[in-house]
Amino acid sequence: MAILDKHAILEKNVTLLAIFAFLVVTIGGIVQIAPLFWLENTIEDVEGMRPYTPLELAGRDIYIREGCYVCHSQMIRPMRDEVERYGHYSLAAESQYDHPFQWGSKRTGPDLARVGGRYSDEWHIDHLRDPQSVVPESVMPKYGFLENRLIEGEYIGELMATHRMVGVPYTDDMIENARADFAAQADPDSDYDGLLERYGDKVQVRNFDRQPGITEADALVAYLQMLGTLVDFSTFTPDASR
Amino acid sequence: MAKQPHKKQDVETTGHEWDGIQEFNNPLPRWWLWVFYACIAWGVWYSVAYPAWPGLKSATAGYLGFSTRAQVAENIAEFEEKLAPMNDKLASVELASIADDSELRGYAVSAGAAVFKTWCAQCHGSGAAGAKGYPNLLDDDWLWGGTMEDIHTTITHGIRNTDDEDARFSQMPAFGRDELLEKEQIAQVVNYVMSISAGNTPQDASLVAEGEVVFQDNCAACHMEDGTGDRFQGAPNLTDAIWLFGGDYAALYETVYNARYGVMPNWNTRLSEAEIRAVATYVHGLGGGE
Repeated sequence: MAILDKHAILEKNVTLLAIFAFLVVTIGGIVQIAPLFWLENTIEDVEGMRPYTPLELAGRDIYIREGCYVCHSQMIRPMRDEVERYGHYSLAAESQYDHPFQWGSKRTGPDLARVGGRYSDEWHIDHLRDPQSVVPESVMPKYGFLENRLIEGEYIGELMATHRMVGVPYTDDMIENARADFAAQADPDSDYDGLLERYGDKVQVRNFDRQPGITEADALVAYLQMLGTLVDFSTFTPDASR
Repeated sequence: MAKQPHKKQDVETTGHEWDGIQEFNNPLPRWWLWVFYACIAWGVWYSVAYPAWPGLKSATAGYLGFSTRAQVAENIAEFEEKLAPMNDKLASVELASIADDSELRGYAVSAGAAVFKTWCAQCHGSGAAGAKGYPNLLDDDWLWGGTMEDIHTTITHGIRNTDDEDARFSQMPAFGRDELLEKEQIAQVVNYVMSISAGNTPQDASLVAEGEVVFQDNCAACHMEDGTGDRFQGAPNLTDAIWLFGGDYAALYETVYNARYGVMPNWNTRLSEAEIRAVATYVHGLGGGE
């Protein structure tokens, strides 16, 4: 066949081969990736999802900084054993405000997609300080230093503005009050009505590490205690076609 | 250099030669070609049978109508159906009568062990022996009671959490931090507590008598006059040798000064009634059940 004989031209010319290989890979990429931007059923709207509060967002940055994602995934796969161990399988919408997402690719430790509310704050603090004190089998390193590092959320408004640039619906009101909300969430004696008004009544306001001042441990535990709790699965009906 | 004779004279060479070495342009082996074509055919079939091609609003659903979500729901339903007779029975009988039905009890203990290892072991330990601040469930010292009824209530509603209105609740005052007692008084009462607890001797025996007065005025309402505690308020027995946060002088001083308490989540939103009863049966049978 004549057209197949032409193939020899590609095989003998390395530049031409590279150009055509690139074209073929590009087509494959476009077919796989591009539709995700317009298909309506790739992200379903679920009730309860909200952007992270300033303190949770700071905690999330610490989670990323410390490389928690290297050992912990945040993605419960739709399989019976996963659902029995961790809870309802993860929805795409639950990571819609994650930039970057924290699905992870390896589990040395357990999945954390629904760790929120599963343990007490005290457990998280004890566990971060010395994981083996509560789980002797654990190989997790110690993160006790987080308790000693005070943070003020100095640039939290700017961080939220950056997240807004990539599509997280933070309002001007949220960004303006970022530092006030940041401090309010870790102090149950503060006036946190504004925080609840902006982010919803379900926001957990506590002194997470039971120490005076806002530490990195406060932020991280606030983030962990929120994970997976935003969507109310008692009222959620999965659409099987997704 | 003499060319070696080769068997397939009809095969062309690729046309180049280095140092007398030529390369045959052999066709691909037949079996390889057929596997290659078969893979292409399978690929086409797969993209028709399963969700694949993107359209304007959604992707093609596939001839077989496969969906991961439907599959996992089916898997879960299959197991729920198998376990339904036992689970229904477990969830409906009197708590106290689970122990009388050996088949039901055996099921509850096995199921409860699995629930315990998944949801409880992180705090109470995989062997249920607890850790500092997390109660040991193997002994017969209970903060909130060790009957089936008590354990069931504790697991269902949790302790001192903010998510369940029926959670067990009590809070020891921070006698030092909130300046309810002077430091000397705390030292006195700590010595008194050490004098009444089993296997403990006061650090400074001369303070015990004054400590008893402080105890009766401030602590006896919850821990009782004899220090044996009150399960209704989750106030621990101070006369035994079992300590949740430590029984030496420094640990007790810290406890009285700052107050310490544990928090347990409510499990009624994560576990089914049958699962809660199963794990209650398991914990009840660990050794300390009353």
